Amino acid sequence: MNPGKILLVEDNPDDVTLTLRALKSHNITNDVIVAPDGAEALDILFGADGKSPTEQELPAVVLLDLKLPKVNGMEVLQRIRADDRTRLLPVVILTSSDEERDVIEGYSLGANSYVRKPVDFVEFTQAAKQLGLYWLLMNRAPPVPRRP
Amino acid sequence: MALRDWPIKQKLTAMLVLISGLVLLLTSAAFAGYQYWSLRQATRDALSVRGRIIAANSTASLAFSNDADARELLAALRADQHIVAAVLYDKGGHVFATYPAHVAGDLVPAAPGPDGYRFERGLLIGFQPVEEAGSQRLGTLYLASDLGVVYDTFRLSGVIGMAVLAVALLAAYLLSRVLQGTIAEPILALAETAKAVSTRQDYSVRAPKLGEDELGALTDAFNQMLGRIEDQKDELQRYASDLERRVEERTHELQERNESLRRNAAELLAANSELDAFAYSVSHDLRAPLRSIDGFSQILLEDYATQLDEAGRESLHRVRAASQRMGTLIDDLLKLARVTRAEIRTEDVDLSGLARDIAAELEGATPERKVEFAIAPGLKARGDARLLRVVLDNLLRNSWKYTAKQPAPRVEFRFADANGGQAFMVRDNGAGFDMKYADKLFGVFQRLHSAADFEGTGIGLATVRRIINRHGGRIWAEGAVDQGATFYFTL
Repeated sequence: MNPGKILLVEDNPDDVTLTLRALKSHNITNDVIVAPDGAEALDILFGADGKSPTEQELPAVVLLDLKLPKVNGMEVLQRIRADDRTRLLPVVILTSSDEERDVIEGYSLGANSYVRKPVDFVEFTQAAKQLGLYWLLMNRAPPVPRRP
Repeated sequence: MALRDWPIKQKLTAMLVLISGLVLLLTSAAFAGYQYWSLRQATRDALSVRGRIIAANSTASLAFSNDADARELLAALRADQHIVAAVLYDKGGHVFATYPAHVAGDLVPAAPGPDGYRFERGLLIGFQPVEEAGSQRLGTLYLASDLGVVYDTFRLSGVIGMAVLAVALLAAYLLSRVLQGTIAEPILALAETAKAVSTRQDYSVRAPKLGEDELGALTDAFNQMLGRIEDQKDELQRYASDLERRVEERTHELQERNESLRRNAAELLAANSELDAFAYSVSHDLRAPLRSIDGFSQILLEDYATQLDEAGRESLHRVRAASQRMGTLIDDLLKLARVTRAEIRTEDVDLSGLARDIAAELEGATPERKVEFAIAPGLKARGDARLLRVVLDNLLRNSWKYTAKQPAPRVEFRFADANGGQAFMVRDNGAGFDMKYADKLFGVFQRLHSAADFEGTGIGLATVRRIINRHGGRIWAEGAVDQGATFYFTL
């Protein structure tokens, strides 16, 4: 995984298509890795065999859905924050609901942003554009943790 | 025992005996005095008559100095045992003859005293001149009588008086014993009744009425009073037992109600957590398909626009509009559900500030619309700031929306008199509504305007009412078609 890549954790293929199209329509051409459930997202980040991934393999930002099969989004976030290597990895929760308890729990667990996917695709595209602009271009990425 | 502590019977008896005794005593004393005085007078008169007779008879003895004759004359006085001494003095005042013949010296004055009869040293004495039938004085007769007659008669009268007094007192005593009953008995009966009432708390007893006098009236009044007290006591008892029964009933009712409330609360809790899960699921899962519908319709419009005719594109636009509308509906329904579930955090809320923020937001979102906002300063309330913001947002947004076709739109927020009290008021001069449907304003999905005229989901005012109700307040509306609407609410 090269720096500047996006890890999209999303189980709904429609949403994957729409998100990819929204990103592309604003010339955000970074590679997007799609994980269809929480377990696979963790595999991608930490290696399927539990072996440590190299720091070069970490994505620039994780777009994380909450309702996911196997391992849900909150748990994925918790695991990311619990690991030294991914502790500072930018994670944006991108989900359908803006239930208050989800927002509170997301931020408590260390999410960097909480974005609700609008129904209106034009608005969605707008949101995706701003997300990409901010996290991939404007934001200065945290320093990569040194290996012990 | 002090006099005032005597039983009334004894008091009455003592009073009667004392009064009659005193009266008798005074009468007797007056009578005795009069008798004494008249007896003395009579005795003196009798002695003077006797003296004149003897003096008349003794002129010859003195004239002829016949002392034996004189002694004989005086000896006749023996017939009157009360005469203690008699002396005849000659012209020179020397004792001529005495009676008795050897009288004790101290009973015989050495020389005659002045003429006349008088009482001296417990005796009645008299000096009677002895005169010839002309005017020549021959000597003086001295008579001394004891007062035995007076004293004897007086003593007899005294004895009779005492006997009468005794009999009279006895009679007075006996009479008083009989008569006192007419006064004492009713009083005693009253006292007995009063005692029975106070010791046994028995208000059913009655004092016997023994006559039609004042005591009879007193007894009647006392009995009436007892009757009233008895009635009142009965009534009080009835009230008390009635109250007790009602308290019992109410307690029972309350217990039942409590029980059912507990059951309801448990059911409500279960229902609430179900609703929670439901809302959460709706929030996540219901919107995803809508996004797909909207998103892919847009993709069709963007990528295949040339292959679609105008009708096809129009259809896709409608699909998109419908899915977006449904998204809004879901959001509004979730808001309503959230308002129901949310915990109220009470604090001081600056309603004027909230209203100004919302107005600025509306103006910022649609700068081409010019709406005059008249927001009164300093409106404050206690409540949940977030929820109250939802209330004001809905009301002001409604006013904003329904004044869209008004040339000079105006929205007002202030405190106002309403329904005999004071309430917060949001008023606009917009489309208004028919008062016929005023009760439908606050129902879920109830709309008084078509979506073509004014868009909306019909959930906003239901949410507002739920928030107001949860604050313990009330909301109502007034309006007329094309004359604006006024919403009043209290908190």
